[in-house]
Amino acid sequence: MNFGKLIERLAQLIPVLLGVTVIVFFMMALTPGDPVQIMIGDQPISAEQEAELRHDMGLDLPPVERFVKFLGNAVTGNFGLSFFHRRPVIDVIVERLPATIELSLVSLLLALLTSIPLGVLAAVKKNTIFDRLATVGSLFGVSLPGFWFGILLLMLFAVHLHILPVSGRIGYAYEVDAVTHLLLIDSLIAGRLDTFGNALSHLILPALTLGLPMAAILMRVTRTSMLEVLSQDYITFAEAKGINRTGILIRHALKNALIPTVTVAALETGSLLGGNMIVETVFGWPGLGRLVVESIFVRNYPLVQAAVLFYAVTYVFLNFFADILYTVLNPRVKL
Amino acid sequence: MSDIAATISAQDGSPLRRNLNLFMSSRLSTLSAVFVLLFVLMAIFAPWIAPHDPNETDLFRRLQPPAWIEGGEFAFLFGCDGLGRDILSRIIYGARISIFIGFTVIVVATGIGIIAGLASGYLRGWVDITISRLVDILLGFPYLIFAIALIAMIGPGLQNIILALVYKEWVVPCRVVRGETLAAREVEYVEAARALGGSSRHIMLREILPNILSPVIVVSTIRMAHVIILEASLSFLGLGVQPPTASWGSMVSDGRAFMLEAWWVSTFPGLAILLLVLAINVASQGLRDAFDPKFHD
Repeated sequence: MNFGKLIERLAQLIPVLLGVTVIVFFMMALTPGDPVQIMIGDQPISAEQEAELRHDMGLDLPPVERFVKFLGNAVTGNFGLSFFHRRPVIDVIVERLPATIELSLVSLLLALLTSIPLGVLAAVKKNTIFDRLATVGSLFGVSLPGFWFGILLLMLFAVHLHILPVSGRIGYAYEVDAVTHLLLIDSLIAGRLDTFGNALSHLILPALTLGLPMAAILMRVTRTSMLEVLSQDYITFAEAKGINRTGILIRHALKNALIPTVTVAALETGSLLGGNMIVETVFGWPGLGRLVVESIFVRNYPLVQAAVLFYAVTYVFLNFFADILYTVLNPRVKL
Repeated sequence: MSDIAATISAQDGSPLRRNLNLFMSSRLSTLSAVFVLLFVLMAIFAPWIAPHDPNETDLFRRLQPPAWIEGGEFAFLFGCDGLGRDILSRIIYGARISIFIGFTVIVVATGIGIIAGLASGYLRGWVDITISRLVDILLGFPYLIFAIALIAMIGPGLQNIILALVYKEWVVPCRVVRGETLAAREVEYVEAARALGGSSRHIMLREILPNILSPVIVVSTIRMAHVIILEASLSFLGLGVQPPTASWGSMVSDGRAFMLEAWWVSTFPGLAILLLVLAINVASQGLRDAFDPKFHD
């Protein structure tokens, strides 16, 4: 891919990012309620102290200047203090982020590992009972409300069968030195298989809840693109050359059929961000999504503002990454 | 109807009739459409169908199990919730919220999307640049997060949920209409209308719009399922319609407190969401297959 084109595409992101920042700023700036009053709550405070706080927070500035200040601060990661935690917002977010990243990655992996083989099989066995079942299954997958599916899993596996834990990220008795802050990896680095097992048992149900709808979408995409590839001349030619069916599927068909799957997976990773809020709330998962939902109820606006901006910027970059990936995988498409 | 008979009858009449015939020839699609219609009727006639007042509490019936389980009774078929309210009646009334919000959001968003998309695709220039940039920016937000942030700002409630969802939903039909309009403006019938001195408004609304409506209808139907799940998700998080009004999402949320002793409180409202969304998804897939020439083979 042309490096100049890449820079050009990257530059096109700037107005989008700026627009996203404007919307996030005004969304919160127009929120009813005085941030200073929310922050001080019922603590006794003098008028001078209140004015000083208002000045520190930049609330005495006209809106445009406030936005410029907000933008400057956002670039340096300074989003002010979290009203509730009495600590810088960015610290609280960074602390919660690994849990969300770990859950998202495992869900993505789960979705890819189930959807690709099932999609390929459904295409190869087109119009058989397996194909029909896979299609019905994927329709169910996209129609399932995530929060309900999560509760059903909890009721079955945690409450009634007692096989898996109800909530949280790891049991109280387990600890591991933080290296990557991703518990599965850290426990492996420390050689603590018991901790790994415990962390995994906490992850299974949330990852299943988050990954299943994505798997349903990816399976449909894989099936469709595999069917399209299998009808191409070069596959017929490979068959005519006498290459065995499995070889054709793996070496010729799958490589090309996976291009849309990988692109859609990259796009769908962005939508995992929204799903995280629901799943983290259902499973008491200590990630960013749950933090945002909790923050809304205690009107911790600086945190909500920073988190929404973080989500949006990540989403924009994920979509950009999906675009680039599609171009790299499919040289016929020009950026 | 046999496949051959369906194909022959599908070849008669106007394109709309032909496509509808094709849609009706799929038993599954028709069945799903009927199912959606039943849900709509249930919502409209809720006061006549619901066996009880959905908000009437009776602590003696707190967590009463469904009729087929010991301790249940047929007058309260799906059992009662933590405040002794009849779950079936609340599901019937909850359909009103889901369907009303889903329908209103889609109608308003599609209306806005059609106007913005037509203007963007036909007028081009600064109109197109402005609308396309706004669309790009709004697409920069994950949907649920955008809606949650907006509701955090304007507060929960029926009207605010509709607003929060419309703010982003119009982008979807807008993109479809813009793309179709860009293609249509170069076609002969539009050029002919221009040569005859037709105004931009006339050409957009009378010439282009009727010809690009099919894909818009198909996309809107698919999106309705999505909007219903989003509304339920917001209600589940406590950001939707406020209690005591019954909504399926908040009913599922209420049941979380009773997972150990009363599985039915969460299960049945969730099942209602699944069935409605599934029926809409299957019906909209049938619509897409019937209306999109790519799928006619």
